[in-house]
Amino acid sequence: MNIHEYQAKELLERFGVDTPRGHMASTAAEAEKNARELGTNSLVVKAQIHAGGRGKGTFTSGFQGGVHLCKTAGQARDFAAKMLGQTLVTHQTGPEGRLVNQVLVAESVEIEKEFYFAVLMDRATGAPVIVASREGGMDIEHVAETSPEKIIREAVDPAFGLQPYQTRKLARELGFAPSQMRAACKLFASLYRCFSALDCSMVEINPLVLTTGGKVLALDAKFSFDDNALFRHPEIVALRDVAEEDPREVAASKHHLSYIGLDGNIGCMVNGAGLAMATMDIIKHHGGSPANFLDVGGGASEEQVTEAFKILLSDPKVKAILVNIFGGIMKCDVIAHGVLNAVKALKLNIPLVVRLEGTNVEEGRKLLADSNLPIASASDLDDAAVQIVALAPKE
Amino acid sequence: MSVLVGKDTRLCVQGITGKSGAFHTRNCMEYGTNVVAGITPARGGEMFDDKVPVFDTVHEAREQTGCNATMIFVPPEFAADAILEAADAGVELIVCITEGIPVMDMMRAKEMLRRSNSRLIGPNCPGIITPGACKIGIMPGYIHKPGHIGVVSRSGTLTYEAVWQLTSRGHGQSTCIGIGGDPIIGTTTLDAVQLFAADPDTHGIILIGEIGGTAEEEAAAWLKENCDKPVAGFIAGATAPPGRRMGHAGAIISGGQGTAGAKKDALRAAGIAVAETPSTIADTLLAVMK
Repeated sequence: MNIHEYQAKELLERFGVDTPRGHMASTAAEAEKNARELGTNSLVVKAQIHAGGRGKGTFTSGFQGGVHLCKTAGQARDFAAKMLGQTLVTHQTGPEGRLVNQVLVAESVEIEKEFYFAVLMDRATGAPVIVASREGGMDIEHVAETSPEKIIREAVDPAFGLQPYQTRKLARELGFAPSQMRAACKLFASLYRCFSALDCSMVEINPLVLTTGGKVLALDAKFSFDDNALFRHPEIVALRDVAEEDPREVAASKHHLSYIGLDGNIGCMVNGAGLAMATMDIIKHHGGSPANFLDVGGGASEEQVTEAFKILLSDPKVKAILVNIFGGIMKCDVIAHGVLNAVKALKLNIPLVVRLEGTNVEEGRKLLADSNLPIASASDLDDAAVQIVALAPKE
Repeated sequence: MSVLVGKDTRLCVQGITGKSGAFHTRNCMEYGTNVVAGITPARGGEMFDDKVPVFDTVHEAREQTGCNATMIFVPPEFAADAILEAADAGVELIVCITEGIPVMDMMRAKEMLRRSNSRLIGPNCPGIITPGACKIGIMPGYIHKPGHIGVVSRSGTLTYEAVWQLTSRGHGQSTCIGIGGDPIIGTTTLDAVQLFAADPDTHGIILIGEIGGTAEEEAAAWLKENCDKPVAGFIAGATAPPGRRMGHAGAIISGGQGTAGAKKDALRAAGIAVAETPSTIADTLLAVMK
């Protein structure tokens, strides 16, 4: 789950991480009011969408740029009016762009130096780790590739958390002067508290800045939350903006299905994440191209199978469907009923290959065979992949 | 004749009176697993299916029944606490089936487990089975057959796929361990292959991995130096879109490691036979066992 920049800023402030002064506005009048209250002639207006590359983006109205510097509240109002209610296209949004419903009006700070600073869960050690660099504001993956020596790592003890001495060590390694250390250490400690208290899997500050006035501020932040822990953070769930998400992924999550859209034309429905990935792999191995990852879980009902078909068919790229179920707890006859119902209800008119194995497999296969519907049955996983690749149009 | 579980296993079930806890406990008992106790707080004194006494705490169950393994079906918000309770009671083997435990909870639980004598399998896993002797988990029992191949896997249904391939070709399994797909787990791929390497009744090993992390690379490096038994591997996720789970910093942590290609290379470099497709996992092992 992702959140907007202004929401990230509010979360950081709650934990004592300093950010540039500013507030969200959803109307031009509100933007003007916020700008006036800041009492400065150094302002910035930023369109709020989840995708990156806003500064270099273009609105479908023709207006250039989703981030603008200005000096007066009137100018802030004008910029907000040109962004709100408009669609912003950036290199991350795809050609359809994203609708801007809010802008952030903030003080624009003068930057002395930029840094990269992130706290994340390292699965190799099962503990949090700090990743930081003096090369802030840049593509950090590029830095890690070209000059790995510029990446600083500091492991955090899972039982004790980030210790004060570690914040001092990090501040010095990042090159903060002795007079700036107190501010830097406070920010690092506060950021770790935020990471831990909100069950984040990652908080990334890029850039973290030292201002010409000697302040240490988080200029932009990206949060990733642990989905498993959202039950105890209703305040985070409330920040979710479904308008920013793939509607098919939203529909899938509503029915407890796990769906990720891809570029191919063979829709896949599988039980279990590992088998779902392996099914995508074997389709590719035989020269086809999967349209999605879809895991219906360990105990899918007939209704979930129907919903899964609806989600697959809502993707216009899908020209053939492969169902691969290894029924353990799930019974194959139940799955077969679900498939038959879905095929009838949705008047399926593209090729369908079904591979069933496991509990009650004979009953399941018989149901499909006796249905007189155009469903091809596969004897094993390899056969299923060969059949569906032959039936799907070549891309 | 197997690893970790067998005829001597005395199982208790935490969350035995819940819907899936009860369902899978019955399946395990039908398979022949010796279930000696169940735990549901505030339900102590009841009998489960007129056969299994229910206790309020794991400590009481341990004292009164001598249970030496536990299967956890407690809901995710309470599951880490259930793991810690079992460890504190001294239960040697903890199998946590529960899916969806917060990572922070598991991080702290794993740290506590390091200070105990208990071994954790999972969470978010199908469990462990020694065919014909003891099944702890949600895997369908009938696809297994007693034999001499050890199977370790991060994925549930993909394990069934491999096991079924073995069984349909007449080859049984010593023990199958589903270690779970969560970021933080108890028993790792490396731990499992070490157990199989030391077990005289395991003659060959199947290692099923997924993209992400470095567990398969670590297991491969150890096998190369320490194990002469034939091993076959499969890695799922060659076509998965990169970077969907974690942003930039996550990719930095994994570096070049963690992709399906890198993992397959690591397996091959260690002399492990790599199955190119999931439908040839068993055949790949059987070819190198001849």
